[in-house]
Parts: sequence; C-alpha cells; structure tokens
Amino acid sequence: MKFEEIQKRALSAWDAWQRSSKPRILVGTATCGRAAGAIAVMEAIYEELKQRSIEAAVTEVGCIGLCYGEPMVDIIKPGNPRITYCNMTPEIVPQLIEDYLIKDNPHPELALGYIGDGKVDGIPVLFELPVLKPQVRIVLRNCGFIDPTNIDHYIANDGYSGLVRALATSPEVVVEEVKKSGLRGRGGAGFPTWMKWELCRKAPSKEKYIICNADEGDPGAFMNRSLLEGDPHSVLEGMVIGAYTIGANEGYIYCRAEYPLALERLRIALRQMEGYGFLGDNILGSGFNFHIKIKEGAGAFVCGEETALMASIEGKRGMPRSRPPFPAVSGLWGKPTNINNVETWANIALILQRGGGWYSQYGTENSKGSKTFALVGKIERTGLIEVPLGIKLRDIIYGVGGGILKGKQFKAVQTGGPSGGCLPASMLDSPVDYESLTAAGSIMGSGGMIVMDENTCVVDIARYFLSFTQAESCGKCVPCRVGTRQMLNILERIAKGEGQPNDVAQLERLANTVKLGSLCGLGQTAPNPVLTTARYFRDEYEAHILDKRCPALVCKELISFYILPDKCTGCMICARNCPVEAISGGKRLIHVIEQEKCVKCGTCLDVCPERFSAVVKVSGEQIKVPQKPVPVGT
Amino acid sequence: MHDQLAEVFKEYEGEKGAVIPVLQKVQEKLGYLSEEAISEIAKFSKMSESEIFGIASFYAQFRFTRPGEHAVKVCLGTACHVRGGEQILEAVERDLDVERGGTTKDYKFSLERVACFGSCALAPVMVVDKNVYGRLTIIKVRDILSKYH
Repeated sequence: MKFEEIQKRALSAWDAWQRSSKPRILVGTATCGRAAGAIAVMEAIYEELKQRSIEAAVTEVGCIGLCYGEPMVDIIKPGNPRITYCNMTPEIVPQLIEDYLIKDNPHPELALGYIGDGKVDGIPVLFELPVLKPQVRIVLRNCGFIDPTNIDHYIANDGYSGLVRALATSPEVVVEEVKKSGLRGRGGAGFPTWMKWELCRKAPSKEKYIICNADEGDPGAFMNRSLLEGDPHSVLEGMVIGAYTIGANEGYIYCRAEYPLALERLRIALRQMEGYGFLGDNILGSGFNFHIKIKEGAGAFVCGEETALMASIEGKRGMPRSRPPFPAVSGLWGKPTNINNVETWANIALILQRGGGWYSQYGTENSKGSKTFALVGKIERTGLIEVPLGIKLRDIIYGVGGGILKGKQFKAVQTGGPSGGCLPASMLDSPVDYESLTAAGSIMGSGGMIVMDENTCVVDIARYFLSFTQAESCGKCVPCRVGTRQMLNILERIAKGEGQPNDVAQLERLANTVKLGSLCGLGQTAPNPVLTTARYFRDEYEAHILDKRCPALVCKELISFYILPDKCTGCMICARNCPVEAISGGKRLIHVIEQEKCVKCGTCLDVCPERFSAVVKVSGEQIKVPQKPVPVGT
Repeated sequence: MHDQLAEVFKEYEGEKGAVIPVLQKVQEKLGYLSEEAISEIAKFSKMSESEIFGIASFYAQFRFTRPGEHAVKVCLGTACHVRGGEQILEAVERDLDVERGGTTKDYKFSLERVACFGSCALAPVMVVDKNVYGRLTIIKVRDILSKYH
C-alpha cells in the first residue's frame, strides 16, 4: 500500500472516531494513572455503561501530564467540547456518567477544564489554566489525545509524514534540516544532534547502528516513560529517519525493565510499523532496510552512559570505556553507532514533519525548542510538563507548579538528577537553558526537576545523591570508585553531627578531583549536588558541623521529639501509634518519649491532634519535660 | 529446571550478545539464578561460570537466592526521599522484621529498596507484587502489609 493510501484511511478512521455519534470516554492509563487507581476507575465506567445500557466508546490514552489530578477521565458528548475530569474514583464515576450522559449535568465542580469549541458554564478552558498556559505541547502533543496502541491515530496526526519526506530526499538534506532546527541532545549533555549524525554518516562502514537510549535512570524523572507510553510512534519514526540518514540497517532500543508498560507499547508499535511497511526491508518502496530490536536493561544506572550502554547490549558488564574513539566511529560491535535519547528522537520526527525553521521558533539563541520536565517534590501541582527553553525557573515553579506545597518557603530546586545541582532562590530568575544551568553549577540533564522546601535538608540531599552515585559507580576508575566513597563518608559524619571544621573544604577538594579525574559522565558529574549545596547553602553545613544542629530538622541523629507537658492532655493517641513503644503514659497523664528508644519516625507528631499540637521536633535544643508520666495539670 | 532452561536456550541460539536476555528469561522462569542455572548458562554461552556470575552480579535485577512469596519494593527516588521514603522503608523493616535486601525467614516477603518507579507524583510510594501504593504514611504501611500476612 502507498503511504498516501495509508494516510487517507487513517484520516477517515480518525475522523469517524472524532465525530462519533456516541459519547466517547478517554481514561488516562499510563503508569502514573494506574498507580493512582485508573484501572479501577475504568472498570467502574464499563460497569456503569453496561448497567444503564449506554452506548459509548471507552479509549485508554497516555498521560496529559497533570499528575496531581490523576486518575483523569475525559468525556466527549457529541456536539459538546471535551471535558477533563480529575481525581476520579470508582465511587464518583458512575454518578458522573449518569448525570452528564443521561441528565446533561456536566458537574463543573469535578471538572478541571474543557478542550475544543463551544462553552460549558462553570468550567474553564483547559489550556488557559495557569498550569498549562506557560507550556507548549510539541513533543507531548499526542499524549493523552491519541490511542497509543493505534498507529492510525498517530498517522492521522501527521505521523510518518516526516519519514516519507526524509526518504524522498537525501541524507545530506535531512542533516541540514536538523541543523536548521538547532536541536541539541535531550539526554542531558546537549551536544548538537546534527553534528553527531554527520560524524556517523561520514564514517566509512557497511554496517552501522542506531540506538535509542531509554534507560531513564535518574531517580525522580519519568519523561521518557511517559512519552513511550503515550506516543511510542513519535520516537520510532525519529529512529527510522536517523537510520536512513546515517545509513544504518539495524537499531536497538535500550529500555529499563522497570517500565513494563512502555515496553509493551513499543512492541505493539513495532508490529504495526512492520504491517504498514515503515520498518523492515525496502521501507515504503525506497530500497532502504531497517530493523529494530528491543533490549531490556537490567538495572544499572551507569548504562545510561553511551559506551556502558553499548557494552551492555553486547552482553557484557555495563562499564564505560574512554573516548575517543567516539561511538560515531567505533561503537556497538566496533561499528559506527549513533545513540540518542528518547526525547531527541521524538523531536526528530517533528522536525522532519514541520521543518527545522518551524522548530527553531521555540527557545533561545543557543537552546532551541522545548524540553519536558518531571516536576516533583514539594510542589503543589506535580506533573510532567513541557516548556519552551529559556523559560525562567520561577515561571515553572510558581506558574506551572502553583508554588510550594502547603504554602511553605522555597529552598532549592534540583535539576539533572544525581548529576545536577541544587539551585537556591537567588537563581529563580535564571532562564532554563543548557548554558545557564551549567554556569549555575547544575546541568539540564534529562529533565528531573525536584523542588525542595524549608523542611528539606541540603546536607541530607547531598548525602542522598552521593549514596546513589556511590552505589552505582561501576568501579572501573579510581577517582569515582574511591572518591565518591570518601565524599560519602564525610557527608555521613556531618549528618551525624560528627563533622570536623575543615570537612567542607575537604569535600570540595575531593569533589574537584573526582570531577576532573573520572572516566565517564557518572563520576564527572557525581560531585555536582555536593558542590552546589556547599556553594549556595554553606551556612547549613556549618550549622551541622559547628552547632551540631540540622536547621531543616531532617538529619536523624541531630533531632529529637518531645511532648510538651503544658499541652499534652493525655489522650493516648501518640502512645498507641508509636511503632516502637517509646511513649509512656496513660489516660490523663502527661506522656513522655523515652529518647533512647525513639527511632524518630515522626508518627507521634503526625497523629497528635492539631488542637493540642503537643509534640515538637527540635534540633540543638533540649525541652524540659518530666522524667516519667505525671497527671495532666501538674 | 533442565527443560525450562533448554526452552530459553533454544530461543537465543546463535544470537549475538544474548547473555543478559538469557539471564532475564531464566530468572523469570525460576525466580532466581541458582548455582546450577548459572552453570548451565555458562555452558550454553561458552563462557566460564565466573564470567557469567560477573555479568549477572553487575546488574541490580539479578537475584542469587530464593525470593519471598511477596515482593515488597519501597521507592527511594528523590521525590520519595524528600517526602519521607526512608521512614516508610524503616517502618516496613520493623513490621516484617527483615532488613532491606533480605527475605523473611518464612519466605513470605522479600524487601527491596528501589531507586525510582517514576510515580513521583504519588510519593512516597511502595509496590507490593504488582500493586502500587502511593501517598503513604507509616500508619498506612501497617494496614497494607497486614493484607498480605
């Protein structure tokens, strides 16, 4: 079948679905939606439709990125705009369906917004909401809108027209188009994509390889997972275009085994591509052959590094090697290899569909296009977001994210995962682009953005990241293997209140050695969380070292819990909930925490009724309390 | 065990770099990589047992001891960490009387800490078998685990 014919059929199928005379219900069932209970919600929908004999089409879609509103359900009643409902439960959904589909009451109080022409009283336009207004939807354009298991939905939305365009022209022209777009690698380092391609294209070899790096290992990041689950074809189309351009006939997707749904969606998508002749031998009659294999990662963070990843595909321990030779010259099985991140590949498809010039309208002079981020931590509206590069951190955190959770004070934002840094409030007005983030001591990274408030301790965060990179260090080079271990030792003793006056200086010295001397990106960037926290929050390190005090009340060895005798009413709730029976007391007796037994889990503080607020957490001070329980009022 | 391994080997006969997928498939079938299994895989791959163990032990996914009936995984990704994941993990350790990485004496539970499930919006998160539990508190943990006892 010719592409025009495939496209025509896809368009008419899409059109029929869009203009269906039956109501349509879309349920967001990406992993995050499922974790929030989307499957139970979907079952409740099916049950209600069956019981009331309502004819409606239910479709599973990917994630639109508003994680704080999961599970989400969209209802499109013929002739009405699409209404997005959030925080659905199996209890609410039947009532909503009855009231809206039968009685025409759209329940504005349950809705987040609407999409499309028309107007619904009491419901705002979804894309005008503060969370979505500063965003652009380029890479994530289809997520939440198409059925990711239906290739026709992708084709009907310009899908694979980029591939057709590429095949009709020469590889040189494709490289030129990518160059015009200004696209830089979205895996974190930001190397110009066209340059990487050109090197590999020019490398003389009959055998070449293409790899999609989907080994998203940064804790706190899930951009790639969401994209693969919500729109797998956009990534695959990019890969075929890349393969054609550099002259590769085989490709690999290296995806974490922890992403079973993404893997399933990829397998379905690959089969569909083969069915339409977008993959395999003689793709769309062009004479070009390309095959893709999926390799599941086995749980090693260092495999996100390109040379380690290739060693892992070859069936070895995933350890990096020194470069040069670069993979573009000698990569997988010693052949020229081009490796790009999931989001980079998805951008490629779009650049070929709409043109490099169109793409370069977004972003700044040196950082073009958009970037997806997983906005999480102590923030009101957690979610997967996509913003134009160059946007200010403040506009992300306070605009899109709605500010700090429970109105607390902003302390820092961490970008770039374990390889990035913590940026303080004074950086809130810096633009988010490759150069600015690097100048501030952090990196763009793959897109984790973790917001921290006054109750987050920076020493604890630095220790947390270092313990991660230390455990994930492959052990091949000494600076990383030994250096991160030594840094972690120092951080551990600071967090315990056993820090020594010159510890911060010692940390910085070690950090610079590890940065300069390590073989791969893991070691070269591992000190960033320590260096940035020591640079921007030195007073907090000093409080731990000199005053033996944790100002954020986090570091366990430096905090204590007390029950205030003048506030305790002897209600016994804390004693009943203490997991280690460290609280003694009785009815109408002032309760006392046995400090030696206390594991500092904070349960007593959480359960003490707010009207009493008798439990306090302190650091560096002692509260006068009775030795043993005494009657209330004494 | 022999038949199950033969089945896996047949699928990967002659494939380049198949050691890791073979290890994954074998673990999926047997629950863990026993000494005997490693020995068979070594023969199939024409490598030494120590080479195979060297590869397997490099990756966090592979287990060398029999796992418990229920797999409890507590997330300590960054988002979970800043929202109290460590306290959740400690609560599970106390409740099951087992340390992270271990299996209870009755082989009922295995406890693991994982780096990130990508469900950061629901932090702190724990997964028991295939069920994800989000927005956890220490008190919720007790109730959830009691369902599996």
